[in-house]
Amino acid sequence: MVTVARKRRVLLLKLATWILALSPLGWLVWLTFTRQLGADGVDTLLHRMGDFTLIILLATLAITPLRRLTGWNILIRIRRILGLFGFFYLSLHFFIYVVLDQTLDWEFILEDLTKRPYAVVGFAAWLLLIPLAVTSTRGWVRRLGKRWQKLHKLVYVAVALGLLHFYWQVKADTLWPLVAATVYVVLLTLRLRQRTNSN
Amino acid sequence: MLIRKPNDIPSSEITPESVYLDRRKFIADATKLTVAGTAGGVLLGRGRDLSGQEGPNQQVDWSQMRSELGEELNPYEHITMHNNYYEFGTGKRDPMRNAQEFQTRPWSISVEGECANPGTLDLEDFIKPSKMEDRIYRLRCVEAWSMVIPWRGFPLKDVIDRAEPNGNAKFVEFTTLYDPDRMPGQRRRVLRWPYVEGLRLDEAMHPLTILVTGVYGRDLPNQNGAPLRLIIPWKYGFKGIKGIVKMRFTERMPRNSWAIATPNEYGFYANVNPEVDHPRWSQAREDRLSDRSFGFIPRRNWIPTRMFNGYGDQVAHLYDGMDLRVNF
Repeated sequence: MVTVARKRRVLLLKLATWILALSPLGWLVWLTFTRQLGADGVDTLLHRMGDFTLIILLATLAITPLRRLTGWNILIRIRRILGLFGFFYLSLHFFIYVVLDQTLDWEFILEDLTKRPYAVVGFAAWLLLIPLAVTSTRGWVRRLGKRWQKLHKLVYVAVALGLLHFYWQVKADTLWPLVAATVYVVLLTLRLRQRTNSN
Repeated sequence: MLIRKPNDIPSSEITPESVYLDRRKFIADATKLTVAGTAGGVLLGRGRDLSGQEGPNQQVDWSQMRSELGEELNPYEHITMHNNYYEFGTGKRDPMRNAQEFQTRPWSISVEGECANPGTLDLEDFIKPSKMEDRIYRLRCVEAWSMVIPWRGFPLKDVIDRAEPNGNAKFVEFTTLYDPDRMPGQRRRVLRWPYVEGLRLDEAMHPLTILVTGVYGRDLPNQNGAPLRLIIPWKYGFKGIKGIVKMRFTERMPRNSWAIATPNEYGFYANVNPEVDHPRWSQAREDRLSDRSFGFIPRRNWIPTRMFNGYGDQVAHLYDGMDLRVNF
């Protein structure tokens, strides 16, 4: 009986995570089809995808500290889903950049990705997350053993690059990049402290 | 009733003569109440104007202007719902949302500095001696998007002539209203308030440089810089200071807000120049905002950026002998 109830709770939690993680996409699709993206629709899509990427990745980083603080071990069951959704939104962000924003003009894309620091770090973050997404399956977790943990610490590097990308692309209003960076620092500190405590 | 036109500007570069409006704006506005028609609701596909304004003045055949200029006018919705006006928020649609309640009357403008006739004038008296003209200009934002906009205004030279700058006057400095109670964006120090911009006196006297009080044959909406803003069509949009309350003639080059904020990215001159990139993006091309799309999916409309925004024939001589890479 206990396991059935637990299974149901996990299922509900996963379902809620899927719905929550897909709702930003649903909202953007709705804005697109009702033509409410504004005069610069490509910018709206591009920037909102970037926002959701960072929000979801920060939420992913919050899972472990939150689990340790609250003792809700069930949270670990949604960490992978969240991480993959972060990668999903980042891939959409990059796809929109290449196809809608740059209209597949490789000359300009190459110039951005080699010359402009904010584009370089953003691209690096995406590249860095690819192996993490690939090795997120149970099979890879088993195969890599302890090395899996080490590899997946790279998510902290990727998010840091993403925050730098965010900070470098705003013109003057640094409020939200700084808010996001603060959340990141708090999460990282919690994580490091929790690790020393458990040692 | 035809509007006086500076002789040295080919009409093709501004508004075709045949479509100049010959009405003073207050006459046009008083004669008839018009409702948003064709251009209303372009973004929503509904007959309603999200920008909270009435829409284009329907007494004018804007579609005719469009065809004679050879470049499509941006719809009223683009012009009034996509604004950089940090005094009302840093998002593109913040000014449209946050400036609705802004009261632009009473409004006075003070003229100061190196001139024979300084003083403070009520807006109506400041504007009254000049004849209003409608001029279609390209607007190139430093962020690499652009629009084509039918402004209503008058040459800045008019007010400069009346002020009679003296021999020391080399520059004109403009200042936006500072009032955090009415301009919520000023409650955060995103830029150094109040916003300041400036022009060299010869740039300010150039016949293409206009003070603007309207758009699409109507009073300027608050989010576009009402009641009075500057437009210098060959410079990046941020030079076009909004909500002007002060004009000062100076001997020294004014320090403009964006150059203070990020001196390596924004300069004093800010002439549109496809060869000098912004450190973070290319200036070689611009996205001419349009309603073009793949079905519902929005699409870019990249076009090459032209030197001096295409007004080089009229203004290039102002910069003879200057290195525009240094003076960006």
